[in-house]
Amino acid sequence: MALPPRQLLLVLLGFLVAVSLATLAAAVYADQVGLADWHQKYIGKVKQAVYHTQKSGRRRVVVLTEENVIASLDLRSGDIFWRHVIEKNNPIDQLSLSAGKYVVTLSSGGSILRAWNLPDGQMVWETNIQTSSASKSLLHVLSNSKVVQDNLVLVLAGQWIYAISSIDGLISWGKEFTLDGLEIKQVVQSPENDIVYVVGIAGSSKLAVYQLNAKTGEIVKDAQESLPDGLCGEMLLGSSNVLVALDETRSALFIVEFKGESISYNKVQISEFVQDFSGMVKLLPLMSNGIIALQSSSTVSLLKLKGMNGLEVIHSFDRPASVSDALTITEKDEAFAIVQHVGSQIEFIVKVTSDLTNEIIREKVDIDQHRGSVEKVFLNNYVRTDKSHGFRALVVMEDHSLLLIQQGAVVWSREDGLASIVDVMASELPVEKDGVSVADVEHNLFEWLKGHVLKLKGTLMLASVDELAAIQALRVRSSEKNKMTRDHNGFRKLLIVLTKAGKVIALHTGDGRIIWSNLLPSLRASKSGEMPSALRIYQWQVPHHRVMRENPSILVVGRSGASSVAPGVLCILDSYSGEELNSQRFDHSVAQIIPLILKDSSEQRLHLIVDSNSNAHLYPRSPDALNSFMTEMSNQYFYSVDIQKNAIRGYSLQKSCDFDSGDTYCFSTRLLWSIIFPSDAERISVSETRKMNEVVHTQAKIIADQDVMYKYLSKSLIFVATVSPKAAGEIGSAAPEEASLMAYLIDAVSGRILHRMTHHGAQGPVHSVVSENWVVYHYFNLRAHRFEIAVIEIYDQSRADNKDVLKLILGKHNLSAPMTSYSRPEVMVKSQSYFFTHSVKAMAVTQTAKGITSKQLLIGTIGDQVLALDKRFLDPRRSVNPTQQEKEEGIIPLTDYLPIIPQSYVTHSLQVEALRGIVSIPAKLESTTLVFTYGVDLFYTRLAPSRTYDSLTDEFSYALLLITIVALVAALFVTWIWSEKKELRDKWR
Amino acid sequence: MEKGKGLARRWAVELHDVSSSSSSPAFPDPPGFTRSAPEADDAASARQRKETEAAWKGQKAWEVAQAPFKNLMMMGFMMWMAGSTVHLFSIGIVFSALWQPFNALRSVGKVFEPFKDPRVDTLAPKLLFTALNLAAMGLGVWKLNTLGLLPTNASDWVSSLSPAREVEYAGGGIPLM
Repeated sequence: MALPPRQLLLVLLGFLVAVSLATLAAAVYADQVGLADWHQKYIGKVKQAVYHTQKSGRRRVVVLTEENVIASLDLRSGDIFWRHVIEKNNPIDQLSLSAGKYVVTLSSGGSILRAWNLPDGQMVWETNIQTSSASKSLLHVLSNSKVVQDNLVLVLAGQWIYAISSIDGLISWGKEFTLDGLEIKQVVQSPENDIVYVVGIAGSSKLAVYQLNAKTGEIVKDAQESLPDGLCGEMLLGSSNVLVALDETRSALFIVEFKGESISYNKVQISEFVQDFSGMVKLLPLMSNGIIALQSSSTVSLLKLKGMNGLEVIHSFDRPASVSDALTITEKDEAFAIVQHVGSQIEFIVKVTSDLTNEIIREKVDIDQHRGSVEKVFLNNYVRTDKSHGFRALVVMEDHSLLLIQQGAVVWSREDGLASIVDVMASELPVEKDGVSVADVEHNLFEWLKGHVLKLKGTLMLASVDELAAIQALRVRSSEKNKMTRDHNGFRKLLIVLTKAGKVIALHTGDGRIIWSNLLPSLRASKSGEMPSALRIYQWQVPHHRVMRENPSILVVGRSGASSVAPGVLCILDSYSGEELNSQRFDHSVAQIIPLILKDSSEQRLHLIVDSNSNAHLYPRSPDALNSFMTEMSNQYFYSVDIQKNAIRGYSLQKSCDFDSGDTYCFSTRLLWSIIFPSDAERISVSETRKMNEVVHTQAKIIADQDVMYKYLSKSLIFVATVSPKAAGEIGSAAPEEASLMAYLIDAVSGRILHRMTHHGAQGPVHSVVSENWVVYHYFNLRAHRFEIAVIEIYDQSRADNKDVLKLILGKHNLSAPMTSYSRPEVMVKSQSYFFTHSVKAMAVTQTAKGITSKQLLIGTIGDQVLALDKRFLDPRRSVNPTQQEKEEGIIPLTDYLPIIPQSYVTHSLQVEALRGIVSIPAKLESTTLVFTYGVDLFYTRLAPSRTYDSLTDEFSYALLLITIVALVAALFVTWIWSEKKELRDKWR
Repeated sequence: MEKGKGLARRWAVELHDVSSSSSSPAFPDPPGFTRSAPEADDAASARQRKETEAAWKGQKAWEVAQAPFKNLMMMGFMMWMAGSTVHLFSIGIVFSALWQPFNALRSVGKVFEPFKDPRVDTLAPKLLFTALNLAAMGLGVWKLNTLGLLPTNASDWVSSLSPAREVEYAGGGIPLM
């Protein structure tokens, strides 16, 4: 059947549109994957590890991490077999193995129980449990399957106890204890019969013990006892019927014995048996055979229970040391491991609980100094060929890395600190030095030839499968991109990342390998229990002409404690080697860090650090820096977006300082303006500014008809989005009538609101990006039940009359005159919004060296992928029927949806699990930008938003070009000789 | 064989002089032929012939002067065909449209060289020729402008104007939690 002409036309049009869209997408071919990009998988800091049982024969371990990942790791290599990254709002508290084939996880405060298939990680079942409150939950797998056939899993949360079958996840029974305020702390299974002891605390001092029938959940017996002092809540099971609990003051222990219905207790002061204990005392997790571990600020002590009378210190280790859980190796015996530091090594000791004086293993293991101290140990045993027991242990270090120790050596290590990146910056590599050895060249030449022969075979389709693989491998590890020197195109750089553990790691952009790492001493946990936090990383010094000989350096700012008023810490590192050049502890807190555009004579960038009392402190503290700052001080402003108080305030700086009047590097601030949002109508959701290092090529935007619009290019432009308080919650929590989203464009110097826009029926979460003269933000439209991306472009009307060609030629215009926020220029704003299919985790925009290349938005989607969307799609000037001139300008006809072209996924088939941030770093080549994406995984790639118009592609065959030239020159000579001969012959004729 | 042939023609002497034969006195002129006949023409006919020649030259000069007009029309047609988008064809046409008149203007003296005569006024044809070529050139420039290759708009002068320096600097944001 022939199509009617109209339909044909439509088909043709559709095809044309498809073709034009296809050219917009810059996808990679399958064989280009891994050429310029790399992807690394991590799991995060391990908080619980469960080994497979010996019977299953697989050498694997299932781990649960602080990044909410459950993963199965290969014990031989540390590779990930399977991995699940669970969302942060559903935190997994506990992990256990059941029936040897399921991994059971308890999450969201004991309300969701899931079982995963052990070999492949498929979810088997999920059960929702009704619990009373968000209390600490416990998971206990009943071990003895002879007594209970169903392999019951006990979940304890608050006053509730549930027994769930691990086969199908059905709730076998559930019970709520009637005692008011009861919180279940321990559950003990009787080895002989199917009685389960449940121990809980009601209030702060009332202890209750219940005996339950494991099959039915009936209370067989119960006993309650009030203790004279309060309990802090930490308690351990000393032996089968003795509990050890810490009291409120953490200075005494209760030893509680429960027999049937009677509870007897005894209180012992810790100071009686542990010398010089101080600080925070903690009970370390479960041991058995009457042995418990007690951690004080400086030591870890192993204590043995002597009946009800008291405890005896068996061994005491200086911290940092760590003790593992007890591991059953024979019917009676249980082994445990202790890891402590001895000089630069760590000592791995394995003991058996029945004979504490003996040590089965005492090994010294060399480890990398930049890993800090041992935090956790997970012991595992294996049976050697001679039936004796061998031991290995997973060790979690302070930098969140995971090591496997076996036979006195580190078998493998995983740098899992990279799963929790706090901040990223890029740094240049050293300049290439002269002098390359001949052997190197020869080797390279041979490799080069071999590679080209292989490639030729590949192009001629003569290569076998193996050879194809070799070609791929060759491409991937082509040595050029992994050199440790700066390249002409600026593709090779160091990505310097700061992790949550306070470790700074430099990654090579070529293949993502670690060049150096440094666990900063000032950001390591102190013995007093302070937990420093790493905040930001900045470029400190980029040497240019005057100080060319010095290496560039970076600045790391952190806090010495967890609270926001804790004194700040500053470290300066050499960015080539990672060596710490300088470290300083502030006497003030860190609320904001403002890198200024000023530099001192040694090219150190000036930074203002604002403390929580709004005093600004200038760094570096040198007279030279002070001089260059003082001349510019009157033009320096700072603003603060206070989410709690729902206000934005702008300040100027003043010379005197009320923090320390003698300190010339400290400046007080004076409130200039404030915008206070009515808290009953609006709540600040997000605030965003332009990236400081963004380069803009031109201030003019040429539109159709050769007309000019002048962009409003102030760096002090801030975008603030507020949502109505009712719509501040999750999507769907508010009705469209009561939800609204307000977008503000504010000048940070004068506090002037340049533009304000309301989206009715819209709500957060808002993600935004500001670049040049535009803002793009993403939100949810409740009326349309869809996500939207809106764009605002802002133009400077005060410059709009600069249209006389003659005046422009003669230079009689005000376009290059310095701009000040106090001149209050008229602005013109254009905006539009489009539907977008995905919810968004992060947004960024591509940055190039000169800002000429057109921009792409990098959208981290809910599927943990990065989508590159041309800014052209987010042009407020798009209309349904663009005129011919507008089409020529490149305006795409208006559509209500933003297209998602599968080829424009930057991450192609990969996922950056738990994606948190996207960073775009300009390369030296104008067309290209480097994109680094981080979450639990890392992903790096090169992007060319307008294709690589300024260079030949990697695919370009230089060999073919060379061969062609040689062939042409040869042909030239041959024909020349021929023609000479012929001419001569003709002359003689 | 080849060699022998070559050797055989290594040199040759032509003893019979052909060139001198026609004017050789050995052959008498045919009857009725006088060598001095043209010179013996009367002055009136000579003047008349010169006048016709001058008229002819003048006519020719005007023809030459008008020749660019045809060219102009053809160029116009070609430009219309080329369209208003910048591509290889239109660029080629525009450049030829600019180059041809330019070349013609450069060699305007040479073009009118054959018609140089004290009795022929070549100034008017020259002026027409120049005017037509200038018109052709103007057409080329106009085409260049329609292609958008001439900096006649404000946009051409500001498109690479870098952003103005800012006096104030403001930093800050949401305090670090």
